[in-house]
Amino acid sequence: MTNNDEGAGIVSAPSRVPGPSTRREQWLRRQRRKAIIIAVVSTVVTFGGLAWLITSSSGWPKVKTIFFNGERFKEDFPEILGYLWVDVKLFLQTAPFILMWGLVIALCRNTRNPVLFPLRAFAAVYTDFFRGVPIILTIYLVGFGIPKLGLLEGDFHFLGFGGNWTSPYLWGPIALVLAYSAYVAEVFRSGIEGVHESQRAGARSLGLSHSQTMRHVVLPQAARRVVPPLMNDLLSLQKDVALLSVLGIIEVFRRATSIKDLTGNFTPLVAAAVIFLALTIPETRLVDWYTNRQRRRTGGSQIV
Amino acid sequence: MNTTTKVEIRSVRKSFGDKLVLDDVSLQVGEHEVVCLIGASGSGKSTLLRCINLLEFIDDGQILLDDGHGSLVDISEPGLDPDPVRRRIGMVFQSYNLFPHMSVLRNITLGPTKVRKAERSVADASALELLDRFGLADKAGAYPDQLSGGQQQRVAIVRALAMQPELMLLDEVTAALDPVLVGEVLNVIRDMRGQGMTMILATHEMGFAREISDLVCFLKDGVILEAAPPAKLFTAPDRPETAEFLQRVIASGRL
Repeated sequence: MTNNDEGAGIVSAPSRVPGPSTRREQWLRRQRRKAIIIAVVSTVVTFGGLAWLITSSSGWPKVKTIFFNGERFKEDFPEILGYLWVDVKLFLQTAPFILMWGLVIALCRNTRNPVLFPLRAFAAVYTDFFRGVPIILTIYLVGFGIPKLGLLEGDFHFLGFGGNWTSPYLWGPIALVLAYSAYVAEVFRSGIEGVHESQRAGARSLGLSHSQTMRHVVLPQAARRVVPPLMNDLLSLQKDVALLSVLGIIEVFRRATSIKDLTGNFTPLVAAAVIFLALTIPETRLVDWYTNRQRRRTGGSQIV
Repeated sequence: MNTTTKVEIRSVRKSFGDKLVLDDVSLQVGEHEVVCLIGASGSGKSTLLRCINLLEFIDDGQILLDDGHGSLVDISEPGLDPDPVRRRIGMVFQSYNLFPHMSVLRNITLGPTKVRKAERSVADASALELLDRFGLADKAGAYPDQLSGGQQQRVAIVRALAMQPELMLLDEVTAALDPVLVGEVLNVIRDMRGQGMTMILATHEMGFAREISDLVCFLKDGVILEAAPPAKLFTAPDRPETAEFLQRVIASGRL
């Protein structure tokens, strides 16, 4: 347990050279012990109460056999786990394009040159549109709509994915890239705008051009600011690849549903949830760790 | 004084929205001359410096800079690329504006390597030489937030000097500093004067302005009310507004 996790009301005693402790230190230690005991008791009572409430409900035996069936879990879990790689692969294939395309959109919105006004307008409409439409709709429209146009035919081979031009394995990831890059673009834009004007003035006064200032001074500082929010977006992406199952891509969620349809038992869906958690919880911790480290590093040096 | 003109400001006018910040300002600065701009906050000192460095566009008038061959060129001409001009003018800001993500050395060599396309090794060598000259040789690898305010401001001056400017603009460079750190920055400015640098300073340090300048300009509400050598301006100003300003400065214990 670190100091930050101790919660309100717990005062840590000052560390000193060992020796006879003062009356104040003894009092602090007693307070601390009392706080820990209270926290433990309250946790046990809360969760114990909840568990008792659920398991003593009239429908529990039924829910248990349908959702938490040990035998089904043992049988289905390895089968579903075999499809984890599909979700990870979809994530790895879309994430780099989302970051690149999001940055392009953000830079378009940041242009000043009147000639580039169409770009700026496009970027604004783009982010409004894709942030405003539910992702699942974008996936339907792009994934089913574009192949129906019949503009592209034959086979393609690209970054480990190969297949027909009408394949959901092509248009599904593209739909995700389109939707997610709108969010990522906004993160980049706020990062760019968060760099103080005086930094630009400092760079321009040296004779650096607008693009040199962007590249050497603004973007490197913006990049640091945007890492935590970007990591959060990527975390959602890792879960949202499951949405591509509506196009017929067989991955963890899709496989779990098909087993459920066969057996009439919902336990495979719980297994799928467990698999996603095993993937995202370490990622969440990584984001938290990075964000904290960032805060400690830049603490007190934000004045520019 | 018989010097060639380095920079000349002719009837410059600048407003932000409805507020007129510079009203018909004219000023001539000779080569190797040091000019101090004094006056209350909001009198237009900083804006004038930013206009000379083309960080602000002027509404009317002209700013002329010696082209190096003795003739003056209008740098405020609309449509002119400001980057080659800024390259020749060094600017130092009140809040340093150092780049926090770069080491001191990289802060200094960014301009020379990216703008003047100097070799990295050459830029490094001359940056280290400059740092050494201002007693900062051991700080080359440090990051700005590891330095004191006075050190940061000296680095900012070195960063501007590394571009080998023909003119330095210093915008209240000691205003954000702890009083005990002001001296080290002023010493750097004295050193630059000794090297013959042409400088325009906006400052609240009246004693220093008196010591270092060839000409002192008193600004009020965007107008240069009085421009005179320090000996005259600080002892026998012509304008009652100047006298009143100096009186207030003396009363606050800053002269």
